[in-house]
Amino acid sequence: MADFDAIVVGAGCAGSVAAYELASAGKSVLVVERGNFAGAKNMTGGRIYSHALKLVFPNFEEEAPLERRITHERISLMSDDANFTIDFSSKAMKQEGRDSYSVLRGPFDQWLAGKAEEAGAEFIYGIAVESLVKDDAGKICGVRAGEDEITAEVVLLCDGVNSLLTAEAVGAKRPPASAIAVGIKEVIELPASVITDRVLAASDDEGAAWLIAGDSTKGTFGGGFMYTNRESISLGVVAGIEATATHGRAPVYQMLEDLKSHDAVAPLIQGGKVVEHSGHMVPEGGINIMPPLVGDGVLLAGESAMMCINLGYQVRGMDYAVAAGMHAGREAARAIDAGDTSAEGLSSYVAALEASFVLRDLRQYRKVPAFMEGFTRMFDGYPQTVRDLMNGMFVVDGEPMPPMKKQVTGALKSVGVMNLVKDARGVMKAL
Amino acid sequence: MSRLDYTVNVDEYLALNKYEVDEESAHIELAEDQDPAEFDKLIMVCPAALYKRDEDGNVSFDYAGCLECGTCRIICGDTIIKKWENPGPTMGVEYRFG
Repeated sequence: MADFDAIVVGAGCAGSVAAYELASAGKSVLVVERGNFAGAKNMTGGRIYSHALKLVFPNFEEEAPLERRITHERISLMSDDANFTIDFSSKAMKQEGRDSYSVLRGPFDQWLAGKAEEAGAEFIYGIAVESLVKDDAGKICGVRAGEDEITAEVVLLCDGVNSLLTAEAVGAKRPPASAIAVGIKEVIELPASVITDRVLAASDDEGAAWLIAGDSTKGTFGGGFMYTNRESISLGVVAGIEATATHGRAPVYQMLEDLKSHDAVAPLIQGGKVVEHSGHMVPEGGINIMPPLVGDGVLLAGESAMMCINLGYQVRGMDYAVAAGMHAGREAARAIDAGDTSAEGLSSYVAALEASFVLRDLRQYRKVPAFMEGFTRMFDGYPQTVRDLMNGMFVVDGEPMPPMKKQVTGALKSVGVMNLVKDARGVMKAL
Repeated sequence: MSRLDYTVNVDEYLALNKYEVDEESAHIELAEDQDPAEFDKLIMVCPAALYKRDEDGNVSFDYAGCLECGTCRIICGDTIIKKWENPGPTMGVEYRFG
């Protein structure tokens, strides 16, 4: 007889939701979290799209520690001396279930863990699972943490992008540096009303998301990001690990420092106080680096399974983790009831993900990571071209103006018309 | 200026974070014999700027300010990062915001 029906490793978005589902199904669940509280080791950009959370917690808006609903989407092409931004807002972005919220994982994950605890899940904090327990047949049947060995019918690995357990569990290979980005972020405190005014939000409950390509990474693969929290701004950079290590033009921390002083960013954070400096990896390779999702006695959900996409204008991970956690919890409970937690018995989890947006999205956009990494002109080339075009339109110095056509062809020549055609085709194919 | 050069003092930012440093044991260990080119990669990508080279070319690494992201494990796990483990119980960084 196992100590628990299920053990969940990691109290993040996937783990706490999985534990909530298992406990709600009447299963005994232990969550082992290496942080001293849920969220203590977690970091997001970040924003969560609400749809997946809403399926599990229909009234989450009333109880979750959300920062601001995102009502402005900004994307920019930034050169060192200019910045071109598209600002999109829409009533559709404010509709229940289609909206998104900035969050801070410290408070957010504690709320999520609290939901699982209320449902009956038990939590141990402050200790990392060091290895997995296997039976004679090689089936995973528990975890080892410190001196303790705890057993379960099924183990759910929700231990994040830097999981040290998935290799042992399902033979996951360490992902290549070309498929992973490093995120670096600072949380900068400012009064709520100041943030509201600076991003032109309607109230302190609403805010902006901003993704920036170009000078934010000094022209190499990656981008800058900004999310407004209630009383702080999350500002950071996500940079391809391999690209930055081999031919980046500055270390990632210098990228962020320089982004903070860029003319387009400095006024937004002026007078703010940095209160935290954090780092976290982003598994941008997504489905291309996804390990097997189930093994005998084990299943993976969230970033331990590399569930993430970055389309340049849309970055997602937490909604995939919540949905995967939900399916993992439900299917694990079903497998326990059926008395078969082998890989075969747990395969309905994979089927559920295949039928949901999780694996459909990841498969749909599988070509994006490789395309983005090779899309060098997006980071160094187009930002300057757009700057030159805009300077031609907006800078007036009294000199007789050349025809617009000449200005445009001049600017396009700098990147090359063939390159433009090639990149447009690449975008069409990847997206 | 070399691409490895920087002006920001990341240690000042790390001082704002909450840590419980395990003075007894290092959760990350480097190989004794280090290829300088591999060390340069770590200087570029570690978000905590834990990997440093001074003006005289002497390299240093201090795990105390580690953000536990694993980036060094990904880029140099096959070369000069000899050990990467999670810090001991209750140890390491503790994000208040995250």
